[in-house]
Amino acid sequence: MIDTHAYIGPYPFRHLPHPDPGVLVTVLEREGLEGAWVGHLPSAFYRDPAPGNDELFALLAPHADRLRPVPAVRPDWPSWEQSLAAVVHREVPAVRAYPSQWGLSPDDPSMRALCGACGEADVALLLTARFEDLRQRHWLDSAPDLSAAAVRSVARGNTRTRIVVVAAGRGLIEEVHWGLTPAEREHVFWDISWLWGPPEDELALLFRTMGGERFVYGTGWPLRLAQTPRANLALLPDDVRGSALADPGSWTGVRGR
Amino acid sequence: MASPEAPLAGPEPLVDVHAHFFFEGCGRPEWKQLNDARFRGGDRIGITIHVASILGSWGRWSPTYFASPADTTLGNDAMRAVAAHSSDRVRWYVAVNPNDAEHALAEIDRCVDAGAIGVKLAAARRADDPLLDPIAERAAEGGLPVLHHIWQHRRRHWPSQDASDAVDLVRLASRHPTVSFILAHIGGGGDYRHTFAAVREVPNIYLDLSGSGVDRGMLDAAYATVGARRLLWGADITLCTGLAKLWALEVMGLTSDEMAEVRWRNALRIFPAGSLAVHRESAGALTAHENRESERLETHRLRGDGPRDRSIPDSRFPISGK
Repeated sequence: MIDTHAYIGPYPFRHLPHPDPGVLVTVLEREGLEGAWVGHLPSAFYRDPAPGNDELFALLAPHADRLRPVPAVRPDWPSWEQSLAAVVHREVPAVRAYPSQWGLSPDDPSMRALCGACGEADVALLLTARFEDLRQRHWLDSAPDLSAAAVRSVARGNTRTRIVVVAAGRGLIEEVHWGLTPAEREHVFWDISWLWGPPEDELALLFRTMGGERFVYGTGWPLRLAQTPRANLALLPDDVRGSALADPGSWTGVRGR
Repeated sequence: MASPEAPLAGPEPLVDVHAHFFFEGCGRPEWKQLNDARFRGGDRIGITIHVASILGSWGRWSPTYFASPADTTLGNDAMRAVAAHSSDRVRWYVAVNPNDAEHALAEIDRCVDAGAIGVKLAAARRADDPLLDPIAERAAEGGLPVLHHIWQHRRRHWPSQDASDAVDLVRLASRHPTVSFILAHIGGGGDYRHTFAAVREVPNIYLDLSGSGVDRGMLDAAYATVGARRLLWGADITLCTGLAKLWALEVMGLTSDEMAEVRWRNALRIFPAGSLAVHRESAGALTAHENRESERLETHRLRGDGPRDRSIPDSRFPISGK
């Protein structure tokens, strides 16, 4: 099992203790995880993510056996296709996009273009619903949470690219999942970092209604305690305890395997 | 990895100081499922005692945070029934709305007589409002802790509540230094670092660790600010994040003694003596611990050299590094 929702680097709106790749490797070992897809946290707030991608590749290089870079590609930026080709050439398993932070509308066609290009390149597309709880945002952090409409817009018509959405809550997940055709749903995956266990039992409910195979393991490290998804799975009711999650680490057809 | 039968948080006693239950007819039609799930999750984690409240009708007939007198009574009666039905593992707070001042005081008296061991204040009035003073005085008389709903660093109005933040609670706690105040859910939204700065020098405010927020650095900063003797474990409505925080505290390097403070010993100090005693074999550890702790506190009280029986601990807290 791998952590699909991890970053390195500082966060602009609060101090994070030790957001370093070496510490992440230690955390993965402690949590019994084989590896992680890792993004460059500050890049989400850069206008041009390319310099952050360079930093990400450099910082993860010593840990290539465990940490796989997931760089950001901004599809409304000139020559984004070349940027995508460049990172794909470095055998990444996925690329990230941050449409909310870039001010893209929910139905921006460039996101659909990026999704299609990811499929052509055999890499997954990773979207982030939020970095922090809405209740604690810094007053300069004005980007809205990723909307269900934005995810549906990317996912509709897509039957090739794996789309992984991290940090989504139950409402967003259900609104997207049941707003897609069965064929479209098959390509959308959700990390479990922002779903609650008992007494609300959101995670159990979604496993029952959607199936555990629609979900992937994710922590949100270094923003959030890495123990949270492990605790959530451990507290599942008997009927869904042990449900198998999708494992992006074993996906075939994703470049780099 | 623990076996399926072993408590996920280990075998030591564990008191959840911030729990909620529901009842038939309240604003949550799946009330029984929610209650069962809390017990199921609690058993799995290893919670010995849930100290819980019900906030009115949970919004059905009056707003959750502005409960009418009738709803307040209804909720407290329902909470009393849950505690009576599960007396081996449930204790309760009497929840009141300070705007109905006479009713609030009468409700405290009525419910304490019926077994309530603390007072729950939500968000019907800011914590520093003079309307809360008689309630705090009643809590002082009864040796009851007050669990107060908090929005960490309230910078604007939030809908459906008159939320208080730590600065508001500090004003109340300073006016009532013999009352133990539990500052609710540092992971429940807002800027917890603002809270830590506000409560550092206020020894009768305890921080409850509950809430869905699991920010890295939050627990470290709370511990660095007030030490293990002013931290209380709780889950509120997300038991999964509560369990994650217990595991994280262990990773932070708290000693077993400090873990015991957070898990149960601090709760034992601030709730009325004997109120957390349990009567079943499986929770014998807490019963034995509580008996010893009660004897110790009673000895201090009789000698006059200790903290005021169960409310105010020693203010010289260890602020050790990890």
